[in-house]
Formats: sequence, structure tokens, C-alpha cells
Amino acid sequence: MTEEYKKYEYDVIVIGAGGAGLRAAIESARTGAKTAIITKSLLGKAHTVMAEGGCAAALQNADPRDGWKVHFHDTMKGSKWLADWRMAEFHAKEAPDRVRELEQWGAVFDRTPQNTINQRNFGGHTFPRLAHVGDATGLELIRTLQERGIHEGIDIFMEYTVRHLLKEGDRVTGCVAYTRVDGDFHAFSAKSIVLATGGITRCWSVCSGSWEYTGDGHALALWSGAELRDMEFVQFHPTGMVWPPSVRGILVTEGVRGEGGRLTNSEGERFMFNYVPEMFAGDHAETIEESDQWVEEVVSGKLATVRRPPELLTRDVVAKAINSEVKAGRGSPHGGAFLNISHRGEEAILKKLPSMHHQFKELAGVDISKEPMEVGPTAHYVMGGVRVNAETQESNVPGLYACGEVASGLHGANRLGGNSLSDLITFGKRAGEYAAKRAKDLAQPTIDEAQVQSAIEVMLAPLQRTEGENPGKIYDEMRDMMQAKVGIIRTKEEMEEAMEDLKSFDERQATCFPGTSRKYNSGWHQALDLKNMVDISTAATLAALTREESRGGHTRDDFPGEIEEWGKILNIIYMEDGVIKVRQEPVEEMREDLKGAIKEVKAMIAERAAEQEGSEK
Amino acid sequence: MMSLKGKMQDFKILRGEGDEAGLKDFSIELDEGMVVLDCVHRIQHEQQPDMAVRWNCKAGKCGSCSAEINGRPRLMCMTRMSDVVAETPEGKPIEIRPMKAFPHVKDLVTDVSWNYEVAQRIKPINGPEEMNWEFNQMEADRVQQFRECIECFLCVNTCHVLRDHALFDDFAGPRNLVRLAQYEMHPLDIEDRVPEIKKEFGIEYCNITRCCTEVCPAGIQITDDAIIQLKERVVDRYYDPLQRIWRTITRQKVRY
Ligand SMILES: Cc1cc2nc3c(=O)[nH]c(=O)nc-3n(C[C@H](O)[C@H](O)[C@H](O)COP(=O)(O)OP(=O)(O)OC[C@H]3O[C@@H](n4cnc5c(N)ncnc54)[C@H](O)[C@@H]3O)c2cc1C
Ligand code: SF4
Ligand code: SF4
Ligand code: FES
Repeated sequence: MTEEYKKYEYDVIVIGAGGAGLRAAIESARTGAKTAIITKSLLGKAHTVMAEGGCAAALQNADPRDGWKVHFHDTMKGSKWLADWRMAEFHAKEAPDRVRELEQWGAVFDRTPQNTINQRNFGGHTFPRLAHVGDATGLELIRTLQERGIHEGIDIFMEYTVRHLLKEGDRVTGCVAYTRVDGDFHAFSAKSIVLATGGITRCWSVCSGSWEYTGDGHALALWSGAELRDMEFVQFHPTGMVWPPSVRGILVTEGVRGEGGRLTNSEGERFMFNYVPEMFAGDHAETIEESDQWVEEVVSGKLATVRRPPELLTRDVVAKAINSEVKAGRGSPHGGAFLNISHRGEEAILKKLPSMHHQFKELAGVDISKEPMEVGPTAHYVMGGVRVNAETQESNVPGLYACGEVASGLHGANRLGGNSLSDLITFGKRAGEYAAKRAKDLAQPTIDEAQVQSAIEVMLAPLQRTEGENPGKIYDEMRDMMQAKVGIIRTKEEMEEAMEDLKSFDERQATCFPGTSRKYNSGWHQALDLKNMVDISTAATLAALTREESRGGHTRDDFPGEIEEWGKILNIIYMEDGVIKVRQEPVEEMREDLKGAIKEVKAMIAERAAEQEGSEK
Repeated sequence: MMSLKGKMQDFKILRGEGDEAGLKDFSIELDEGMVVLDCVHRIQHEQQPDMAVRWNCKAGKCGSCSAEINGRPRLMCMTRMSDVVAETPEGKPIEIRPMKAFPHVKDLVTDVSWNYEVAQRIKPINGPEEMNWEFNQMEADRVQQFRECIECFLCVNTCHVLRDHALFDDFAGPRNLVRLAQYEMHPLDIEDRVPEIKKEFGIEYCNITRCCTEVCPAGIQITDDAIIQLKERVVDRYYDPLQRIWRTITRQKVRY
């Protein structure tokens, strides 16, 4: 039986309408390429809209001592030296112009007293660096790109889900999608495809992500022969809401700590002072007085003369610290830690953190200008993703590009807060530019009927069953399993169990039954997402099992601490004959001039620390 | 917060599509701290996997989950069950319907594409060619309020010009008037949108009932800060003779 479907032809198809996808499509369309965006939800609703704290770029507005070298250094150091240094270099150098460009497209960032874009402090950034709008920076970014994008002549397919990439030989030639509303099928011929589908954090039960974060782009890439890297590195953000149960995991922006928020345990102790790792020793305040002075200087717009509070250590460090406090019996009533910002006063909180104030008031009945919040770690971001060429963002599959969270390389073992929004606009632009360039010299690929029909068959399969499990049940159980066995702290035994469990989830997903309706049937959509989630969870678990050390967003109870050799090795995930496999590749040696830049910055930071010690005596 | 754990709660939710759409009865057990969207998800998960509902952020940031709860337009993810239970007479079901002003698709989902089509017709920002724009926080403040819009379209759903009179071809609706205000009041924008605000976008249809402002979950002062300001510009332009002369002489738009 052959199914009807509609056909389209484009130069460039961008899958995803978050910051990365919109920026890629704008760039592609500006060069004259016939461009379309396909997105699972409505325009402006992608995950990017939720980003809160800000967008990192060394604009040098808030502190003239900043610059691309310092941003480059901070990103590499935050990544535990596993980031692709070429990407980190492009990012540090190009992000400022990408931010200024947003301003010309209508973004209205918070201002400095000198009338320029203001910047705030965030964990791991040496200087105040995050351009922001209160705590709703993602909204500003996506709305600006959306409002620009609709005037560039881009066709936008809303509530279409791509489930299959078409190929001809080893290159991609298009994709097949179903519509969420009607369950109709659509086949797109494209000379280049840009994946901008975001992340995978729905694979864990406590997460900050929406239903969209099922790893679609990661899976589409893997299935079509592209390589993934760094899949073991998952960022657990230290501060998610922990209570009430229905909001567990929803994010509390790092901006709270950037604005002076203090973390305490049930004994009232500022415990972060006890968790400063050796790598960061000397970079952070050693006393409560020094912390308080830093906050005072920074919020009054002065250059900081002392070191920052330990609450602003990188996310992996803070998440593990909270985890340890809870395990040691010093947690808050609902199993988290206390985060208190009330000392900043109601006026400042309403100005700087309005949506946090609203969120806690409405969802938890807590007034953060008077009481502390309860917070705990939540699965937040995947550093791993499609392995791409730093300059062009093309994967190893010709014609298949990736940018934003679905791509990898910029963040290595750990992403710095604010480095994602800047990643989206920097590499979104590059992906769009090179995807369009490639399309220029190619003929329009023909749509291969047989491939489309077999893709449609896979999509219709769940609806043609007459009985089976509710996909929602499998979905919930799988997420609980990943949370328990491949969470913040990992062991060989548990992950081996997880690999076995994933096999049985794979069998179960293939026999689930969501009912027979094709019209806006969320159960059907979920049934199709299950396969992505099984494969991507397998990829993450396999990589995590292989890396026998702890580094950044990957912590092994059985291998505590970093191991030097692993600092020079990447795990590459690929699919061969339908089986997900892993292999190791050495990290490429950094270019000499960049090594020089790192040295320069290190010396500058050491000098500041020494000055600090001196003035304390 | 009042604990609702263990309470059985009845709902009437609009199910189906076209002529067959109608209110159906559901009943679930509540948990502590739930919002309305959690209840809809529980029903979807445990009883009706093919129930259609839009959501993304679950934190009032994306504007996907708009609906009419007990007749009041609200975001399902930001409406606490403790409040809804308290406002519903004992023993009565809680009623959830999709937004009424837009074409119905299925269950709680409506077709809101009209809002995007109007947005497409609004001229984008037009400012200096050079980068590094300079303006101060006070100037930013005026516009930032409008940029907090999460595009939930609850205001549009509530406005009688659209909901009751269906003047979709003649009136831009409060959401897009907010967008126009955001551009018009941008400190460095030089585009002139006043003619279309009057004609194409039909600002004069708005008779300042303030219903839109009342339902806005982002707390935007839609009527007072956006619409009335735009109305004043229209009045100044078309009904103030001095300004007309100024414009003819200088060919410039008056800066505020
Ligand atoms: C609560 C929260 C706060 C954050 N705060 C910050 C911050 O302050 N600073 C920062 O730098 N980063 C922050 N991040 C991270 C950052 O927001 C995300 O990493 C980033 O927005 C991802 O953008 P993206 O463009 O890659 O993908 P997204 O914005 O997630 O967009 C993905 C798009 O792909 C589409 N899509 C997915 N699968 C398919 C498919 N199969 N078919 C069709 N379309 C598909 C979706 O519909 C969507 O349009 C935050 C994240 C969260 C969750
Ligand atoms: S104030 Fe104007 S736009 Fe708002 S609801 Fe009333 S008539 Fe509609
Ligand atoms: S103005 Fe308010 S009510 Fe209207 S769409 Fe925006 S956020 Fe929603
Ligand atoms: S789900 Fe985003 S506003 Fe309700």
C-alpha cells in the first residue's frame, strides 16, 4: 500500500527553529538560497525561549580587561581542555559581532551607565561577560531572530516533525516529516540540510527540558552515518526547582548566583567554600567577607577588586557539591540545598530576576525576596552531539550540517553558562553560510520514492497495531531508569545494567500502541520519539561506560578524579550495520599562537590572585 | 499552599474536532502542588493518549498552553490547582476549553496562524547601519516591557473586536499592536508605521476596554502603555494640523 505525500524542493532545509536554526536560515536566505525551516512546535516556542541568564561575548563593555583571548581561555578551561580549540577560537572572536548584530535587528539588551550593552557575571567567566535582558535573554534572542527571519523570505513549516533523512550514496538529499496536526506526510528534496534540533535531556526524569528534547537530531544524524562525540558529557545544572513534585527540574537561572545568591545547607553553612577543586584554587574568594565585597562591587557597577564567591564555580562542581551535601544528610526538606538572594532586597530582585520571582511565587508559593529557594541538580544540557568541521559545521556526511546544542565541540566536557546562546548565533551563522554555499553548485536531488515509502511505513507502524503498551508508560520508565543508572554519579555496574535495560526498552517500544488516530495524537508522536531516545541513551551510556575517569559533566564513582591520558582522548560514537559503537580518537594538539594566548591569560589571572593575597595581609 | 494530595477531582474537557467536538467527563486523583497542565497531562498519560494539547516550557515562558479554564483565559502551566479548586463550587467539575476566538483544530488546540500572518506585514526595525548602538536604560525600559510578550495570544482571544465581531481582516489585535509599539518606541528606529497603524492595522477599532491587559500573563500594560500611545500618534498625525505642516516641511517623523 502506498501512502500519499506532498513534495517540496529547497536549496537548504533547516530542521529546528531555535536560536541556531533561525540564525542559520537567516544567513542562508540572505545569500539567495531557497530556504525552509521545519519545526516541531510553533515559531518562537523552541527551547531557546527558556534561556534565562544571558549570552556570553567579550564585548568589553562591563570590564575593559576582557577580550577574545580571555573568553577563549575560559571556554577551554571550563571544557576541561577537551573543546575543539578551533571552534572555541571562532566563538570567542565572532560572538561579539553576532550580539551587536542582534541589537541592530531589534534586540534591546540591558544597558550600562555608558549606554552600551550591559554584561553580567556567570560561573567560569573571568569577567562580566553575559549580555542579558533581566532573566529572559532567550526570549529576546529568539524573538529578535524570529522577527528578522520572517522578512528574509524563508518558508516555515510549523508543527512538522522530521523522522527520516533521505540519502543518495553517502550524501543527504532531503528529509521526510509528518505533521502533528493531521498526521500527513511530506518529503523535502534539499541540497543541504542543517540540523538545529537542540538537545536530549528528556532522556532523564529530572530535567529542565521540554517534550521536544528527545534527541531527534542526534538520532537522525547517527542513523544517516554521521559521527557523534562527547556523548558522555551531560550537564546537570546545579539549581533546578525541587518542590512541588510537578515542577521538579525546572530551571533556576545561574543569574541568581551571578547576582550574589548564597548556597547553604540545613546547618546554615555556606558549603561551597569546602568544594573548591585544585584546578580553581586561588581563583575564588576564601572568606564570606571577600565574597560579599565582590557582590557589593559588582552590583554597584564597579570593577571587581577581589575574587568571586565559590557559588560561581563551574556547574559540574556546584552540582556535585549539592549532591554530596544531600547525601551527607545536610539537605533541605525536599532533598536539595537552600539558595538565598533575599539580602539583595525586593527592588533589585524584581528588576534583575523578575521571572524567577514570578516562577517561585506562582509555582511554589515562595517569595524569593523574603525566603530562600530550595534547589537541586537537573539534567540541563548535552555537550555531546554531531561532530562537525569547526569552520563549516558540516558533519562527516556530505551535505549534513549541525549547529547549536545538537552539534558538539565547543563545550568539551563542560559548558560554561551563557556559552550556548553565543554558540547558537556564532555557529548558526556559519552553518547557514556554508550550507548555502554548498547548495550553489549542486543540482536539485530527486526524491527517492522507495526511501520515502519505507520511512512512512516505519512511522505508521504503531498506529497499525491493535494492542500494546501505552507509549507514555515506556517513556516514563525509561527516563527513571536513565536518572537512576546514568545520572550525575555513575558506576560500571549500573551502566552495564542500563545497557541491558535499554535493549528491553527497545523491544518494548517496537510493540507499543498509541491508538489509531493520526490527528494530533500525542501518544503516536511519543511512540516515534521512543526510538530516538533509546538510541541516544545508548550512545550516552556507551560513551560514559568507556570513559574510565571523572571529568566535567561525567562523574564515575569507581574512577574519581581526572586521568591525564583521558584528557587527550575523545569518544566517537557511530552506527555500523544498525549497531551503535564507540571508538577513541586523540585530541588534536593546540596551535602554537593559541597556546600563547592561554599562557598570557593564565599569567594575568595569577597576577590578580597574587595582588589579592598581598592586599589581604 | 493547601494540600490536594489524594483528592479526586472531576473535569469537563473539550474533546474532538469539528461538529463532533464536545465536553467530556474525566476524573483523576490530585497530587500536591499541581497546576492545570499537570492534570491534563495525567489524563493524557493514564486515559487518553491521543488528547491534543500544546505545551513546551511549563514555566510561563513560551506561551504555548493557553486555554479557557472555568471560562477564564489563562496559561494552564501557571494556573495552580489549589486556586482553581478553590474557585470551583464544591462537587462541580473544572471546565477546560480551547481558546474560542481562533479556529478549532482538535481538543485543546487551535489554529493561531493568523497572528503570525499579521506579524509578517509589520515593517521591521530600521536603525543606524553602524554597530554598537547607544541608548540608556530608561529608553530601554520603555520598550523592554513590550518585548516580554510570550505570544500566548490570550489577549487576542479576549478582545471583543476579534472574539465577538471577528474583524480579523481589519484589526491587528492587541498582540501585534504591542509589537508595533515596541518598534515605534525603540529609541533608534526611524521607520514610519503610523499610516498602517491607522488603516491596515485598524487601531481605531479598539475602544479601550482593557480586557486584553487583564488577561496578559506577562503583565504588559497593553492598553495604557502600547495602544493608547499608538492612538495618540495617529491622532497627532491625522488630526493635528501643526504636525501635518511640520511633516510637510521637514519630511521627518516627529521624534518623541
Ligand atoms: C531553562 C533553560 C535555561 C537556559 N539558560 C541559558 C542561558 O542563560 N544561557 C545560555 O547560553 N544557554 C542557556 N540554556 C541553554 C540554551 O537555551 C539551549 O542550549 C539552546 O537554546 C538550544 O538552542 P538550539 O537552537 O540548539 O535548539 P532549540 O532552541 O531547542 O530548538 C530546537 C528546534 O528544533 C526543533 N526540532 C527538534 N526536533 C525536531 C524534529 N524531529 N523535526 C522538526 N523540528 C525539530 C524544535 O521544534 C525546535 O524548534 C538554557 C536552557 C534551558 C533549558
Ligand atoms: S483594550 Fe482594545 S485591544 Fe484590548 S481588548 Fe479592549 S478593544 Fe481589544
Ligand atoms: S501581550 Fe500578553 S496576552 Fe498578549 S500575547 Fe503577549 S503575553 Fe500574551
Ligand atoms: S507551557 Fe510554556 S507557557 Fe505554559
